[in-house]
Amino acid sequence: MLLFLISVGLTTVFGVMGVLNFAHGSFFMLGAYMCMQIMHIIPSFWIGLIVGPLLVALLGIIIERFLLRKVYGREVAFQLLLTFAILLVLDDGVRLIWGPAYHVVEAPALLAGVFPLFDKSYPVYRLFLVIAGPTIGLDLWSFFRFSKWGKIIRSASSDGEMAQGIGIRVPLLFTLVFALGTWLAAVGGALAAPHQSLAPSMGERIIIESFIVVVSGGMGSFPGAFIGALVLGLFESFGTVFLGRVQMAIPYILLAVVLLIRPYGLFGKEV
Amino acid sequence: MEGLNNQRTQIVACLLVLVGMIVLSFILPVYAIMVITEILIMGFFAMSFNIIFGYTGLLSFGQAGFFGVGAYVTALIIMHGGQSLILAIVASGVAAAVVAAVIGYLCVKRNEIYFAMITLAFGMMLYTIAHNWIQVTGGSDGLPLMNIPPLHFFGAEISLFEPRNMFLFVLTITSLGVYFMWRIVRSPFGLMLTAIRENMERLSFVGANVRRLRLWAFIISGAMAGIAGGLLCIFNSMATPDSMHWSASSRPILMTVLGGSGIFFGPMIGAVIFFGLEQVITNVTENWMIILGIILIPVVIFFPRGILGTLVHWINKKRELRT
Amino acid sequence: MTTEPILKIQNLGHSYGKFTVIRDISLQVSGGEISALIGPNGAGKTTFYNAVSGRFRPTKGKVYFHGKEITGLPAHKVVPRGLLRSFQITNIFPELLVIENVMVPLVVHHGKALSFFRRLRKEKKLYQKAEEILEKIGILDQAYRPAKELAYGDKRLVEMAIVLARDPKLVMLDEPTAGMNPEETDRMIFLIKELAERFGTTFFITEHDMKVVFSVASKIFVLHQGGLLAQGDPAAIKANAQVREAYLGGTVDDKS
Repeated sequence: MLLFLISVGLTTVFGVMGVLNFAHGSFFMLGAYMCMQIMHIIPSFWIGLIVGPLLVALLGIIIERFLLRKVYGREVAFQLLLTFAILLVLDDGVRLIWGPAYHVVEAPALLAGVFPLFDKSYPVYRLFLVIAGPTIGLDLWSFFRFSKWGKIIRSASSDGEMAQGIGIRVPLLFTLVFALGTWLAAVGGALAAPHQSLAPSMGERIIIESFIVVVSGGMGSFPGAFIGALVLGLFESFGTVFLGRVQMAIPYILLAVVLLIRPYGLFGKEV
Repeated sequence: MEGLNNQRTQIVACLLVLVGMIVLSFILPVYAIMVITEILIMGFFAMSFNIIFGYTGLLSFGQAGFFGVGAYVTALIIMHGGQSLILAIVASGVAAAVVAAVIGYLCVKRNEIYFAMITLAFGMMLYTIAHNWIQVTGGSDGLPLMNIPPLHFFGAEISLFEPRNMFLFVLTITSLGVYFMWRIVRSPFGLMLTAIRENMERLSFVGANVRRLRLWAFIISGAMAGIAGGLLCIFNSMATPDSMHWSASSRPILMTVLGGSGIFFGPMIGAVIFFGLEQVITNVTENWMIILGIILIPVVIFFPRGILGTLVHWINKKRELRT
Repeated sequence: MTTEPILKIQNLGHSYGKFTVIRDISLQVSGGEISALIGPNGAGKTTFYNAVSGRFRPTKGKVYFHGKEITGLPAHKVVPRGLLRSFQITNIFPELLVIENVMVPLVVHHGKALSFFRRLRKEKKLYQKAEEILEKIGILDQAYRPAKELAYGDKRLVEMAIVLARDPKLVMLDEPTAGMNPEETDRMIFLIKELAERFGTTFFITEHDMKVVFSVASKIFVLHQGGLLAQGDPAAIKANAQVREAYLGGTVDDKS
């Protein structure tokens, strides 16, 4: 369900700004690392969860303002190259600062431990994630659907000039949306921290998976991201149990199947 | 349009460079020859990338996957007793072409942005296979080659253990490959590729099957990448999964962007610059990727034509002002 | 002239979800004549064009070209049958030379799109044909300039050249004189007439400029709010009260 969150961030930024942020996974990773770092100072997961992603969002704002803004008008390829370069810097930066070894973050006391589910014991934290992910997603969706700001963002994404014409400050909006997308990724990362070990390769795994979700579900589509993440998540869970080593190939097989059968994704329309 | 752009001048210049390199290989120290050999291979890889990027306008993040396919095919052939290096190289190219055809079929259905995502995903899929299919690929250790068979050349047996021989072998293969790419770029098909980059929609509205054209560009690009991979495998006496990771895909991208995607030899020049930078930087720090990224950022923002490209553009502008 | 219409549209309609842009359009175009589709902004002219030329599949209706159904076929399958269109917003290959712009459709037309190893330079026949076309249009002198450098009106002529390169049987021009000054407009009118007379090309144009419409068209279709309001020869259309009303009362004959 974290995958859903991250995919939503990716697809929101793309839907509004037309930019595919290759570094999105890096922000996810940074969210986790910042949370961990904060917990070294203030040993509370909840503080780390709140403060960490905000700091990452701040970084996102700086990146958008000083780097991304410069390539908005340009060819798609250069925008992609820029976000890819940012990915390189962030990913290796993480390795530089925190080292290539694994780190572990403890779940907060409230959510630690396990509870029995059918035959197996199921970590409480996992349950928390299953609930938290869609909750945040639902909040987001209703924000975009029903709130004033949500509508402003959506209008700016479909017709930037018009929006600017009626007084919406599109550049500021873009910065905010990018910050939002980045924050979502970082929150996902912070939430993931107790659940999986932290390593500098976190970013790359999640970005590929979110790419697959977004391609399968359709860009700019909330339900698409949800279904896509769900399907991928399910396949992966089953895969671990039944398929052993091949399990690693599951996301790619899903991608191939989707591209074969429904090339434009389950919900999306071609840009 | 005369002067530098004249085709005859260009051909003469190329031949001069070739001869010059051959001569140099008898003079330069071993270390320098080996560096130049590696530059040739990686520059060739970058040029193969540029077929799909600079000419067709599609950014593929998975080229290292095809590079790796080539490397592993060559490694497997030699490991299982194959005696003909040429055959190994050709097989590498063919294998990479086949893989590119299959993956490409799925990739070319979508537009540029999706293309980038999907190629990244499939490139990493190939990496994952190489990393995990231990029985065939040796897993994360890769496939080391104990000895490289000698090159059979008109009856003579030339050992590639000698760096100069290796260099000449690589030079020959890459020259052939570059010539092949040159012909393609200058063909009606090449015009189609540029048309795709310029205005894909218009091209379909004059009746061209853009998807099929993109697939062919992808296949050719992948095949050349496979040949480059095979060459590197012979050069390094091993094939490793790391050469297929997306960070490996970023190297030809960076070389092309540094050198200039708008010029045929841009990526090769980019490779020279890249290796120069690497020498300088690895003396200072081990964290190479972050530097790569830090360099790429201003290049993308301020020098989208690349270093060579900007230079050429600047020279042309000056010439226009003069006439 | 054959009696079979070259283009037959039956009950064509297209909707985006609940929003219907065009509905129930039926018309026929015969070979050799110049027809025009007129209508106020937002009437659905471009949607009509897109649905017919293969940019997307119309949600309703059928399109027949030379008697064969082409509804929903993608553009690259429609074009080889002889139906080509130009674009309202100039849609050429900017970085290529003007002559290369024409070479692109020629290469496709002569089946050489997948010629990997021929040298483009040596395709003398194609270059000749390209130059012929540019001469026909009147921009041969610009042949070796990058297309992006041309004046706006000349760019639209390149647009026309690209279309003509494939020896089309039916040319659909989407606002061919859009943005042109009077001199360029006259040139375009002359060109269309000449091509139709000398080479028998069938034209189907949409236009805002009524002067152009009444100078070249022998048959006019009026589109209004997504539906076909009227059709007929120019005199009948001019006299049609409904048409006059749709054009805000009287402006139709003010312009002609």
